[in-house]
Amino acid sequence: MPVLKEKRPLEHKLSPVAAHDSRNLKLGDGSQVAVIGGGPAGSFFSYFLLDMAASIGMDVHVDIYEPQDFSRYGPAGCNHCGGIISESLVQILATEGINIPPTVVQRGIDSYVLHMDVGSVKIETPLRENRIAAIHRGAGPLGTKEAEWSSFDRFLQQLSQDMGAQIIKDYVDSISFDDGRPVVETRQGLSKKYDLVVGSVGLNTSGAKLFEALGTGYESPMSTKTFICEFHLGHDIVQKYFGNSMHVLLLNIPRLKFAALIPKGSHVTLCLLGEKIDKKFVPDFLNSPYVRACFPPDLDLSQGYCCQCFPEIYVERSTKPFADRVVLVGDCAVSRLYKDGIGAAYTTGKAAASTAVLEGISSEDFKRHYWPACKDINNDNTFGKVIFAITRQIQKRRSAKRGVLRMVSKEQSKEKNSKRMSVVLWDTFTGSAPYRDIFLRTLHPSFLSNFIWGTVIETWPFHKR
Amino acid sequence: MGKSALGTLYNDGDAIVSEGEPGDSMYVIQSGTVVLHRHKEGKEVFLAELGERDFFGEMTIFEREARSATVRAKGEVHVLTVDKKTLLSRIQKDPSLAFRLLEKMSSRIRKMDAHLTRIKGSDRRNWDTRPETFDGFGS
Repeated sequence: MPVLKEKRPLEHKLSPVAAHDSRNLKLGDGSQVAVIGGGPAGSFFSYFLLDMAASIGMDVHVDIYEPQDFSRYGPAGCNHCGGIISESLVQILATEGINIPPTVVQRGIDSYVLHMDVGSVKIETPLRENRIAAIHRGAGPLGTKEAEWSSFDRFLQQLSQDMGAQIIKDYVDSISFDDGRPVVETRQGLSKKYDLVVGSVGLNTSGAKLFEALGTGYESPMSTKTFICEFHLGHDIVQKYFGNSMHVLLLNIPRLKFAALIPKGSHVTLCLLGEKIDKKFVPDFLNSPYVRACFPPDLDLSQGYCCQCFPEIYVERSTKPFADRVVLVGDCAVSRLYKDGIGAAYTTGKAAASTAVLEGISSEDFKRHYWPACKDINNDNTFGKVIFAITRQIQKRRSAKRGVLRMVSKEQSKEKNSKRMSVVLWDTFTGSAPYRDIFLRTLHPSFLSNFIWGTVIETWPFHKR
Repeated sequence: MGKSALGTLYNDGDAIVSEGEPGDSMYVIQSGTVVLHRHKEGKEVFLAELGERDFFGEMTIFEREARSATVRAKGEVHVLTVDKKTLLSRIQKDPSLAFRLLEKMSSRIRKMDAHLTRIKGSDRRNWDTRPETFDGFGS
């Protein structure tokens, strides 16, 4: 199990601004907003804040503090993530008028292949449409020679800049309160007083400590380590071995929850999720014959990756990610369990922006109008934990895995067949639906009876496979 | 620079939706142009031309009527399908998501009003010779 910090209760604590009247804290013409961190959550917040402010005729200024240049290659420009934009988020962004450009989408994913040690099966979406976007957060992994693709984070940052946000490429050293208003001080000596400070500092920076030090009661979320690496195979080999399919590996390897291979332009990204994933674990996983079978036979997997990292991934929500004139969004507040972190960045960024523009910027405003969006995600994660616990039990049982494989193969064999298991697996591993919806679908009598029947048949000693 | 568009690729002349068929999704154009037509007395009447980031088919999201127009690709087009269920469940959680749809539909009603005014203000004898075009239609 990952080492998790003890949670404190959610009661409100007295913040340094509590002495000031917080009943009428609102943004207005000329208000100054600081966003600490220019990743997806910060960019979404800035974009929607400026959009909503403009729609009601309010003139607000937004500074985004982000020292990282997302147009750079390797770790310098990367926010360390698998790089999948879920099917539901792609649709919602398109409805918002945000089309992810083809220069950012390295591959549109239309199917996935489930690999287990009892066999593999390809699962296609009913529409067979490229609705999942495989992207790189920065300009590309280490070793990238020229700008082949554009960065997703840079694209979002540009959207907020087009709306009027200003990027300040500087590290924030401290945040403090002066006369009830937050003051941001940077490494290069800039000191500026704001009406609202927004934390979008993720899990892999020390930014959360700046907000914990404010004494507003904020505590960063619990997290665990994951492993991500990039294999540079070239476009043709990626197309030949992976196509437009994401590969999900549910193998009975101790400590492994699941692994995913995500094809991109000329790279394939490997994401490992489990308990205590470390440098010793990775070679064991790569040497598995089921993993090797996904790649060209002559490729030395242990030497084949050009870029790697062990980023923290969200496990359990933060404590009180808001106060008077302060709100935190994205991973550093709440995120979806193991999946769709960018979807959570969109949800929390937009909810915080609409609260700030339409309701107010006091702790009470954020508690009433922003916190419910965070709680929704967190409550949904409870169902996610149950789903992944069940998945782990299936991983350990050969007959259950055969039952799953049998059910999916049958569903995929004919167009008209009901696709209950296929859809459950698709939504679980692509993050395309709330975990609650997925869980409720598994309780359907038809799903349960088919799965139990398939598992029983597979345990029958005279059954021919 | 590499390119890989989302959605489904349609070639010139391909029908993306057809008038009269049932529908449970709307469409957002990722790249390219589409043309909306409606059948009247055996002829295809041109309604509108839509481009990147425009959407069509949103009327079936809010009502249960069949498609009101045929939409064809003009050249190569990438179109993303937005499921009715996905959209409505998100609108329930975040009603502001419907703002853009309302904005677009409101702009179409405004154009329709202007078009109607032009027709009513003109000589009735010239109606039949007028090209029947109206650039605001949600199919």
